[in-house]
Parts: sequence; C-alpha cells; structure tokens
Amino acid sequence: MLKKILIANRGEIAERIIKTCTRLGIKTVAVYSEADKDAPFVEHADEAYLLGGPRVQESYLNSNRILEIARQTKADGIHPGYGFISENAEFAQKCEQEGIVFIGPTPDVISLMGKKVESRIAMEAAGLPLVPGISRPLKDADEAAELAGNFGYPVMLKASAGGGGIGMQACSNEAELRKAFEGNQKRALMFFGNGDMFLEKLIEKPRHIEIQILSDADGNTVYLWERECSIQRRHQKVLEEAPSPFLDAETREAMGKAAAAAAKTIGYTNAGTIEFLVDEDKNYYFLEMNTRLQVEHPITEEITGLDLVEEQIRIASGESLRFEQKDIILDGHAIEVRIYAEDPKTMYPSPGKITDLKLPQGAGIRHELGVTSTSNVTPFYDPMIAKLIVKGCTRSEAVSRLKEALAQYRVEGIKTNIPLLVDIVSHEAFQSGDTTTDFIQKNILKTNTVSS
Amino acid sequence: MAEIKSNMAGSVWKVLVAPGEKVTEGQDIIILESMKMEIPIASEQEGIISEIKVNEGDFVNDGDVLATID
Repeated sequence: MLKKILIANRGEIAERIIKTCTRLGIKTVAVYSEADKDAPFVEHADEAYLLGGPRVQESYLNSNRILEIARQTKADGIHPGYGFISENAEFAQKCEQEGIVFIGPTPDVISLMGKKVESRIAMEAAGLPLVPGISRPLKDADEAAELAGNFGYPVMLKASAGGGGIGMQACSNEAELRKAFEGNQKRALMFFGNGDMFLEKLIEKPRHIEIQILSDADGNTVYLWERECSIQRRHQKVLEEAPSPFLDAETREAMGKAAAAAAKTIGYTNAGTIEFLVDEDKNYYFLEMNTRLQVEHPITEEITGLDLVEEQIRIASGESLRFEQKDIILDGHAIEVRIYAEDPKTMYPSPGKITDLKLPQGAGIRHELGVTSTSNVTPFYDPMIAKLIVKGCTRSEAVSRLKEALAQYRVEGIKTNIPLLVDIVSHEAFQSGDTTTDFIQKNILKTNTVSS
Repeated sequence: MAEIKSNMAGSVWKVLVAPGEKVTEGQDIIILESMKMEIPIASEQEGIISEIKVNEGDFVNDGDVLATID
C-alpha cells in the first residue's frame, strides 16, 4: 500500500482524505495557499507546505510546485480530491513520469472523458444511450422536421454559438419547429455571426441520476448504486440522495450494469461516476463521466458501508477489489446537503469571518467540514464550507433527521444557504420525491424558466 | 460626483466601461469574481464615468470604491 500521500486540495475534502489515511496508517502531506494557512486541514496533516499566493493559479493549480513538494517529501501518491487538478490528464501524466502514483484513472482515460464530443462517441460505442440528437449542423428546416419526426416531439432547437439558455427553443410540433428554425437561425446569424443550428430530443421533467463505479487494474468493475442529484442551483448540486426516490429495482440494476460495463470497456480504473439524465418514463441517457471522487460520495458510503477514499487508495496501490457485485449492500437511505457561504435569497456569495459554529449531533448525522468556529471564509475558492449527511432506515426517517439537524445547525458571521435548504426539505414536492432539475426554480423561486 | 462601491470581497474580473463613457442607471460597470461566481456591479445613476479606480485582476474589499461617476 502507498506509504505517504500528498493531498492536492483544500477544505473539507482535504480533511476527509486525511481521516482515511490516518486510519490506514498512511502519512499525509498537505499543500496550501497563503489564504488557507490557518485552515484545519493544514494542522491535521503530518506535514504541510505552502504552495503560494491565494489565487488558484499560484496555489492549487500550480502543478509544478505541487510535484516539487511531492518529490521533496518523498510522497509516493497524490490524491487530487475533486476540482482543481483532479481531471487534468497532463498532471496525471507528469505524476506517472515522476514515478508518483496519481490516485485516479490513467491519463488517457481522463483525457478522453474530458472531451465533450469524444466522450459521447466513446460511451455510445460502449453501450450507453445518448439523448437523441445530431452532432453536425442542420441543413435546413426540412431536415429539422424530418429528424424531429424520428426523435418524437418535443424537441429542443439550439444555436451552435448560443449558450446558457440563449438561442435555445423548445418546440412541441412541426409548425412550431419550422417557425423557430427560420427565426432563430436569422437571430443567431445576427447576434453570434453563426447560423449553425442543432436539434435534440427535449427530455421533459428530467432528473440527474449518477452511478458510482469502482474498477481495479485487473478489470474487475462494480457499481455502488446511484445518487439522485436533481436539486441544483446554477447547475451546481445542492442536495443529493441515495438511493433515488424515483428509480425502481429493475431500472437501478439496468443502469448500474450498463455503467459498469461501459467503464470496463473504456479501460477505467479507480473510482468514477457516470452521470445520466433520466426522463419521466425512466429512460436514461449518458451525460458525462467524472473521473474522480465526487463531492457527494458520502451518501454512497452511508448506504454501502464502504470507505470510497480507502478503496481509491487500495486500487491505486495495485490491489484487486476485495468484493464482487453480489457483496455490495444497499442499506437504508442517505441524504447530503451542501452548506454554501451565500445569501439564501440572492444566492450571491457571502465571504467573511465565521464567529460561531454549532453542529447538530446525534444518531445518523455525519459532518464533513472545511472550517472551524473561527475560520475566515475567503472569496478565492468555492463557497461550499461544509456538508451535512444524514442516514435513516427509510427515506422518510432520513428526511425527518435532516429537518431536525438543519433546525439546529448554526453558522454565525456569514450568510449561508441553510434557510434555502430548510425550504427545500420542508416542501411537499421534496417529501413526495418529486425532484426534477427545475425543483428550485419551480418550487422555491417560483419562476418559470425552461430547464435544459 | 458619486462613487460606485464594491459590495463584497473579490477580484475585479472585467471592467466594462472607460472614463468619459456615458452610462445609464442599472448599467453594469464592473464584474467582480468572488467564490467562483461573477458578480455584476451596476451604476445606481445615469452619468459620465470620471474615473475607474481598479484594474482587472485587482483584489477589492467590501466597500472599496471601484469607480466615480459625474
């Protein structure tokens, strides 16, 4: 097994990795920016070294400096956590050249899954369904109408040069589509100087459901069930749960098997997540693969009893999986909420100094924390300061625990999204499991925006 | 003359106007970046930009003056 791991990350995930390493008797090296010099993970690691200034280019993205510290401290592995350099194929390659184990898949696989078009082609070849659509510009309105007839209405017409909802229009029949094509192409040419139009089947009431997989270097691959992550704001997850309240046993197994088989086909190693869009008829479509540990991995740990960081380290050390698919349990129900330093109404960031922090305690409550009761939350990084994870025997028990825990959670000095989380969890639609990706817009903000 | 101030700590991501430029009430003047999010700072009045006090990349604190307007 690896003997000394450098953790190329910060905050709660650095703390999380240190915990597992300490339990396994592995030494830890923390690296930090000037803004994080007083952070708890710096104190808790066996050794800690300054990377540079607070900006990410000078610190957590400074791969040369990270490798230099790994060499100096004789670390034999690097855990990248999530974000920052975790999906940087070039960095993984450099580690390989230096003889340091990058805890993740091979550089080739990271690179392939990081490309939008190529990853879809590879995963379709590996057997995963894609949202019906075309990957080249439409010739004209006639072609659009013909394709839409094949996909089935409604469809989404997209301007190639648009983005963030601009230049997109949902069409529910041929007349609408033909009218939208002419008008939108003209507008796209005028605004973006590019009239290329694409067409995709519109997935109504979509859910975001992802499958966690583990693969060793011998090609043994298992799936650790799903996580439902539909509740998002600005395309960032806010609340995740496992298992999904929507899937039945049959779909769960089909998605899990398909994900594991696809991972095996592309030669995946270590922990990874395949994200799917799921429609109301439980059809699932491949979105993307994340080649790293996910923020929401604790809910999978809660229902399977596994430590995903430990499994990552074992696989990276060259060990084979110690279990088969039939050994993976699905016990109870887990929910995670992300505590963000942000205004719960405007959702704007709220950096500043924490003056008090009181965490709920009790059965079925777990915390992953990047801050203390005196931390300064700087504006340089992601606003997530903590994660609250609850587990119950059933979903309704987990939901009640979450409500009670949120009511007792106190953060003073900065604003947090806890009031928003309370609104979500108290909402009837959440309690009944009606969680589609437009949940916050529809039920909390009560605005009617077209979701994509 | 009025001052346009930052409402939070962050970095100056983009300066959208130049001195001498006429701006309207509610027009975005500067975009800050804080916690990986873009925060637009708008002018609260109509007028002519007299001075831009920050450069792209500068770090600013809550309450710092970003620009002045006549």
